[in-house]
Amino acid sequence: MIPNDVEITPELVAEHGLKPDEYQRILDLIGRTPTLTELGIFSAMWNEHCSYKSSKKWLRTLPTKGPRVIQGPGENAGVVDIGDGEAVVFKMESHNHPSYIEPYQGAATGVGGILRDVFTMGARPIAALNALRFGAPTHERTRHIVSGVVAGVGGYGNSFGVPTVGGEVNFDPSYNGNCLVNAFAAGLADTDKIFLSEAKGIGMPIVYLGSKTGRDGIHGATMASAEFDDDSEEKRPTVQIGDPFGEKLLLEACLELMQTGAVIAIQDMGAAGLTCSAVEMGAKGNLGVELDLDQVPCREEGMTAYEMMLSESQERMLMVLHPEKQAEAEAVFRKWDLDFAVVGKTTDDLRFRIFRHGDLMGDLPIKELGDEAPEYDRPFVETARPADIDPESVPAPNDLGGALLQLIGSPDLCSRRWVWEQYDHLVQGNTVVRPGSDAAIVRVKESNKGLAFSVDVTPRYCTADPKEGGKQAVAECWRNLSASGAEPLAATDNLNFGNPEKPEIMGQFVGCIKGIGEACEALAFPIVSGNVSLYNETNGQAIMPTPAIGGVGLIPDLGKVATSPFKGEGEAVYVIGETLGHLGQSIYLRDVAGRRDGPAPHVDLGAEKRHGDFVRSLIRAARVTAVHDVSDGGLLIALAEMAVAGGIGAAVTPAAGLAPHAWAFGEDQGRYIVTVPEAGAAAFEKDAGKAAIPVTRLGTTGGDELTVAGQPPISLEKLRQAHEGWFPAYMAAPDTNA
Amino acid sequence: MKSAVIVYPGINRERDMARALELVTGKKPHMVWHGDSEIPDVDVIAVPGGFSYGDYLRCGAIAAQSRIGADLKKKADKGVRVLAVCNGFQIVTEMQLLPGALLRNAHLKFVCKEVKLEIANNRTAFTNAYKQGQIIRCPVAHHDGNYFADDETVKRLEGENHIVFRYAEGTNPNGSINDIAGIINEKGNVLGMMPHPENLVEPLHGGLDGRGLFESLLETVA
Repeated sequence: MIPNDVEITPELVAEHGLKPDEYQRILDLIGRTPTLTELGIFSAMWNEHCSYKSSKKWLRTLPTKGPRVIQGPGENAGVVDIGDGEAVVFKMESHNHPSYIEPYQGAATGVGGILRDVFTMGARPIAALNALRFGAPTHERTRHIVSGVVAGVGGYGNSFGVPTVGGEVNFDPSYNGNCLVNAFAAGLADTDKIFLSEAKGIGMPIVYLGSKTGRDGIHGATMASAEFDDDSEEKRPTVQIGDPFGEKLLLEACLELMQTGAVIAIQDMGAAGLTCSAVEMGAKGNLGVELDLDQVPCREEGMTAYEMMLSESQERMLMVLHPEKQAEAEAVFRKWDLDFAVVGKTTDDLRFRIFRHGDLMGDLPIKELGDEAPEYDRPFVETARPADIDPESVPAPNDLGGALLQLIGSPDLCSRRWVWEQYDHLVQGNTVVRPGSDAAIVRVKESNKGLAFSVDVTPRYCTADPKEGGKQAVAECWRNLSASGAEPLAATDNLNFGNPEKPEIMGQFVGCIKGIGEACEALAFPIVSGNVSLYNETNGQAIMPTPAIGGVGLIPDLGKVATSPFKGEGEAVYVIGETLGHLGQSIYLRDVAGRRDGPAPHVDLGAEKRHGDFVRSLIRAARVTAVHDVSDGGLLIALAEMAVAGGIGAAVTPAAGLAPHAWAFGEDQGRYIVTVPEAGAAAFEKDAGKAAIPVTRLGTTGGDELTVAGQPPISLEKLRQAHEGWFPAYMAAPDTNA
Repeated sequence: MKSAVIVYPGINRERDMARALELVTGKKPHMVWHGDSEIPDVDVIAVPGGFSYGDYLRCGAIAAQSRIGADLKKKADKGVRVLAVCNGFQIVTEMQLLPGALLRNAHLKFVCKEVKLEIANNRTAFTNAYKQGQIIRCPVAHHDGNYFADDETVKRLEGENHIVFRYAEGTNPNGSINDIAGIINEKGNVLGMMPHPENLVEPLHGGLDGRGLFESLLETVA
């Protein structure tokens, strides 16, 4: 072992994000002072981002199994059977910290990373979605970050050639210093051709593929495991630079290579690059790994072992190959003009050895690097449930229509067209339902089957009541899939929280996990992959708890799907589910009454399931013409969205016994609006009654106005202008922070 | 009708194009690698959309130098029909098979949406299944689709009826001069267009407006 020319001081240990007791654990484990390279390796493996040390205990409680689940959490992505020998492979992952520091590249490489996770498993990506959260529109950095993140998401996905078909965009001051960029990707693979990361066989060549290694992204994962402060701008060099062209070549080359039968194991180089991928492949296969860094293709001269092990340069892969197929494999990569280098081999001694210029730079026990990572049972305090609000205390608007126009043109409820028109949502020619409906639908190549996708969470609810909020995130995602006619299959979670060392933040995390677990169990909607992003704080200000849920549903027959726009005049409009006028934590309360109090709406999981199953059966029997879930903003917002999208108005009557604004803007859960041709209305009501599903006739479609009985009508044109107006106007406003 | 689709590194709508050709002609096109020296003997050569070479340097500039380019030029000169869409349009302008250039969109952003196209010339091998002046729906998806040429060239294109598609009803998505969405060469065998007719050819796409282009070719060559 080469001696250290840098002394390992407590300061140096702290700079690597390791606590004194964690460093002591390292000393106990290896019985000597680590080399600088080894210290770097430990910091990469043991940071929160890679080790899940604060979250592991709770993640284990989530339901991850189901009859269709082929691969749950622990691999690059989850795998779910969709019949006919095919599987959907999907995952969602955050790239929050880099996107705040450098919005374009941070978001772009977030998309790149998740696409790589999917095709590493042998799946060709067929859809991308994202959940984006930005600071208050009035905050000086927000416009700059929105513009960079959206361009970055598009810049990568468009060039790579995956349709970006949906997602979420929200604004809140809690994200002022810490935006969230959660990228979701799904791909298709044959169930018998799923590739995993577990190395097999002793003395097998370990091959490096893809782009060259540079000095970008060093310590990226460590950065993502710390809070921000005013000097965060200085962390810019830890952000990687994306090359979607390189990734597209890597995709085609990997899929072509997988066809040759040469691949034993494959792992992409994501967070903590070469270190994480090599250790994972070895440790999973109960094998040691030896790397000769002199063979690693480098972009720059004179890179040290330390830099090479910690670089997060993008578009790189590590594979274990059958030696007899090496030449064939190399030919595929040369054809695509990509680097191909044998950089090491598997060994039988469970050691992770690194050589540079012939010197041994690191020699560590490979299993313990992963398995012995610290695990914490962090203390937490449960979030107290806010007091109920007296509905009488919530003032009615002067004018219900005025409130509707205000809300439907507000930052959180307005049309996201400005965003999704920058994403190629049509490439591959399989997009059936484009962005803007409840769930996006993509055809499964050459078949009449489809997959539906949705990403959801309501952070306001999670803040007020983490458990109900966690339940609601799962329920809303499940609901959106059901509203399209899909059978919800499984989900991925992207858990974004503040600093888990604070008991109240940890309490939010624990509460949300409990809620997610309960809902996934009740709805038979297992979590098959995911990602945790903690320390989303700037100067001690945490983000709202934001556990985004990305769901996938199966549509057996693309002839039987539903979308939200009204389809015809004179059709009966119903709401399925109970309308009780819950205003606590509603958008109305926040944006019209200027209050953020009250409990989150309760999610009755039994009702949720019954209502969703009922709606799905209606869609599959072609008995409903339009379907839309009722979420943020409540009933009247959902109605207005359906009317504007369909260019057909409606006349509706508020429920008796509820204040009109509570009826219009209350956010009770488990609800859908459906339209039924008048001829089918009686049978619809009868069947709902038989199934004990509460349905209420709201009114009838028709005309070019939305009319609530007792209120002046509002023209669709006015609604459309308000709905479409905010985003482009906001983004076109002069940048005060240029 | 036999067809071929050229595949450059970074191209990503080659499958969409191949599927549309197969749907209408009933035959799978040949997929031709950019590093090959010869395109098989076919009736139509498609240069598809995407981001050849990542659009690094200048859209289409690197692909225009590909080895296959020599044969593409030769076959175009001989009169083989060339359908160049999006990045393909950029590539063939870089190869000077068509005049003008595609600049960055006027609003500087990528744009993916449906636009309206006017069939400005239906007396071509690519558009004879449409009516003159017919308005069709068609998606676009590009960052650099802002067609530009000098005054003299534009005058000639207009005068000689070489403008085949025009953005209609105020839907010009990129600032193209004279709303130009697609042009044809003097010989009438090389068509370049930014919009993607191949993405509107099945009921599942929500419309069949793009089919006419492929059906025109089928009519003409069959």
